Amino acid sequence: MSQAREILRVEGLGKRFPGVVALDGVDFDLRAGEVHVLLGENGAGKSTLIKMLSGAYQPDSGRILVDGEPVDIRNASDAQRLGIATIYQEFNLVPQLTVGENLALGRPPRRFGFVDTRRMHEQARGMLDLVGVGVDPRTRVADLGIAQMQMVEIAKALALNARVLIMDEPTAVLTTTEVRRLFDLVGQLRERGVAVVFITHHLEEIAQIGDRVTVLRDGRSVAQVPAGTPEEELIRLMVGRPIDQQYPREASAAGEPLLQVRDLSRAGAFSGVSFEVRAGEVVGLAGLVGAGRTEVARAVFGADTPDSGEVLVRGRRLPGGDVRAAMEAGLGLVPEDRKGQGLVLGADIAENLGLVTLRGASHGGFVDRAGQRQAAARVAAQLGVRMSHLGQEVRTLSGGNQQKIVIGKWLLADANVLILDEPTRGIDVGAKVEIYQLINSLTASGHAVLMISSDLPEILGMSDRILVMARGRLVGELEAADANQDSVMALAVTEVEDARVH
Amino acid sequence: MLVSTNVLAVRPTARTLLAENGSVAALVVLVVALSLLSGDFLTVTNLLNVGVQAAVTAILAFGSTFVIITSGIDLSVGAVAALSAIVLAWTAADSGLPWPLATLVALAVGIGCGLVNAALIAYGKLPPFIATLAMLGVARGLALVVSQGSPIEMPEAVSHLGDTVGGYLPVPVLVMALMGVIAAVVLNRTYAGRAMYAIGGNEEAARLSGIAVSRQKLVTYALSGAFAAVAGIVLASRLASAQPQAASGYELDAIAAVVIGGASLSGGKGRAFGTLVGALILAVLRNGLNLLSVSAFWQQVVIGVVIALAVLLDTLRRRSGR
Repeated sequence: MSQAREILRVEGLGKRFPGVVALDGVDFDLRAGEVHVLLGENGAGKSTLIKMLSGAYQPDSGRILVDGEPVDIRNASDAQRLGIATIYQEFNLVPQLTVGENLALGRPPRRFGFVDTRRMHEQARGMLDLVGVGVDPRTRVADLGIAQMQMVEIAKALALNARVLIMDEPTAVLTTTEVRRLFDLVGQLRERGVAVVFITHHLEEIAQIGDRVTVLRDGRSVAQVPAGTPEEELIRLMVGRPIDQQYPREASAAGEPLLQVRDLSRAGAFSGVSFEVRAGEVVGLAGLVGAGRTEVARAVFGADTPDSGEVLVRGRRLPGGDVRAAMEAGLGLVPEDRKGQGLVLGADIAENLGLVTLRGASHGGFVDRAGQRQAAARVAAQLGVRMSHLGQEVRTLSGGNQQKIVIGKWLLADANVLILDEPTRGIDVGAKVEIYQLINSLTASGHAVLMISSDLPEILGMSDRILVMARGRLVGELEAADANQDSVMALAVTEVEDARVH
Repeated sequence: MLVSTNVLAVRPTARTLLAENGSVAALVVLVVALSLLSGDFLTVTNLLNVGVQAAVTAILAFGSTFVIITSGIDLSVGAVAALSAIVLAWTAADSGLPWPLATLVALAVGIGCGLVNAALIAYGKLPPFIATLAMLGVARGLALVVSQGSPIEMPEAVSHLGDTVGGYLPVPVLVMALMGVIAAVVLNRTYAGRAMYAIGGNEEAARLSGIAVSRQKLVTYALSGAFAAVAGIVLASRLASAQPQAASGYELDAIAAVVIGGASLSGGKGRAFGTLVGALILAVLRNGLNLLSVSAFWQQVVIGVVIALAVLLDTLRRRSGR
């Protein structure tokens, strides 16, 4: 294996976005006929790296070499010419077209200027045979299962003579049998000399499928180890940064339970989730992306309707799927997607802060706008929102200040139980600490906080108790005092066979 | 020009000032140019005439402003206007309903059409374009069915809406002003109005902030229907008879007025005052081109170009503003 030819090499790759360093010196190499696993926490830089290899982003520093020659991958067709194909979690297929049409997209066989449908489907048949999937090329892609779509994507990549196949968490959406079939196929590709970059969060898959592992952490490549490395060692490499004193949690005495969730289930998302959050408590909800944390938060808040189970606030049962009722009971949700779900970007600060209280401030249909403005000014001052005036569009605020506005609208509404979904994602350190202090003052005054975060140090640093989800199930609960990164991570990668998404 | 814009800009945040100055400035330039080109333009009689011509479009457009702010569209307003007027005249003439009752029935028809639109959109999940296109057909068809294709005389009491006060001030202009004030108050001061901006700006954020999006869409389209009914009644009063084919294509003028007035079809933005200016620009342009004896065929070309230019300028200004 070691004498195999090197196809791809990445040296000191760096990429920064406004306010964030996404990659800060990544080295990586890939040989023909190997499966190289990329491992790292959410946000470690895996996606940024593969986006640069597929031409979606340009690196700011460092270089990419293909066959020993430095290359410039400016767009998807450059990547295609170099034989690099990427299979993202969201497939690049047109659902309304047939499998054959998708495989021939952009270059269908023609006869007298018309698409030669018969030849197109024959060619597709050949490509599909190559990956061993028995799908009729005349089937519409929308009618395929997820595993079949994935196989069609792989067939498409191979048809373009891909020598490097990058797969972004291909197993996340597959059942156990489908995973086995995928691994068989990847094994065959390896025999044929195709080099595979494989991203997965499931550590047990690494030894089965991989040859080498490169571990990314905080935008850097921190280690390259053989795939046989013990899982505990891989976890340590993945999360091994020290926790610094950025987490000023001041625990308050826990009071009565404010939020109780009992046996909550929603098909395809999560099942049998039960927990409670007490007054004065911060409960952290940890887990990998896709474990179902956001889905649970949305169902608790009534943004989605659960199939079964109940949510109680101060002992009173909420009707399912009713945001208004959840709000009136004292729940508030700061959603993960700040811009898409939390803010009206084109409206001003006062308007956004007053969104939740708009109804309460209306009498006979008329809004007390002066009162709303005063209340907004008070909360903006309390939160230290850095702005020129209340009439400033929230679009123009920094991420941290935008997040303060989203939290602020719930403060105005005096929500007792706040669900914070990734409250500090994409926010600079200073604003983070301000948000932590805000959480402290909320719990000190008897509020309860449920905090979802993919940032392990944050979960460990700010929670009183930690719930861990894996594949739609609550797999463990840890007291903050007993928890560390390894114990949380070990739970988060728990294999829950029957809970695989179907 | 400077004076007029300063007086008209009531709430001077930088962006709205710019957006409004754009259409106000265009209106002023148009007025000045036409005054120079035609001696007949800048006379009281002619300007009041322009006001009457603008009135029906403006009232329809105020209703469309609500809808467009929620990032919807209402293609049925012209047809609903005609149907409402037909129903008024028909119930008054054929069933002998007293005119105040007949007027209420007409308003109810407008509101009902709006509610059906909103139900299809909010609960049936139809795109607003499709739902209101269907309503355009249904309302126009019903207007023809009820009237059997012929004009029906309006009750005399209602026809006074087409007259003048004191011999010169046309009532349609007064109704336009009244409806404009109502629209401005709804948009600025009421829960329904503020909810429209939130829904158009980010529907999901509005929903997660506890705004009952579906219910507010019912209110929005019902208002659009009510404004359409008023426009239809004003139009029929001017003509002294309700006509099943009246206000054909007016929905497009209404949308144009709203957009020229600075609203965005992607929602979250728009003001009653801007819409008024948009409607006036269209009316002044038509009137001026008539005075200058430009052929009706060329008028359509000019108006099309003006709509494209107005929105293009607004887009460019906003892009450079950031």
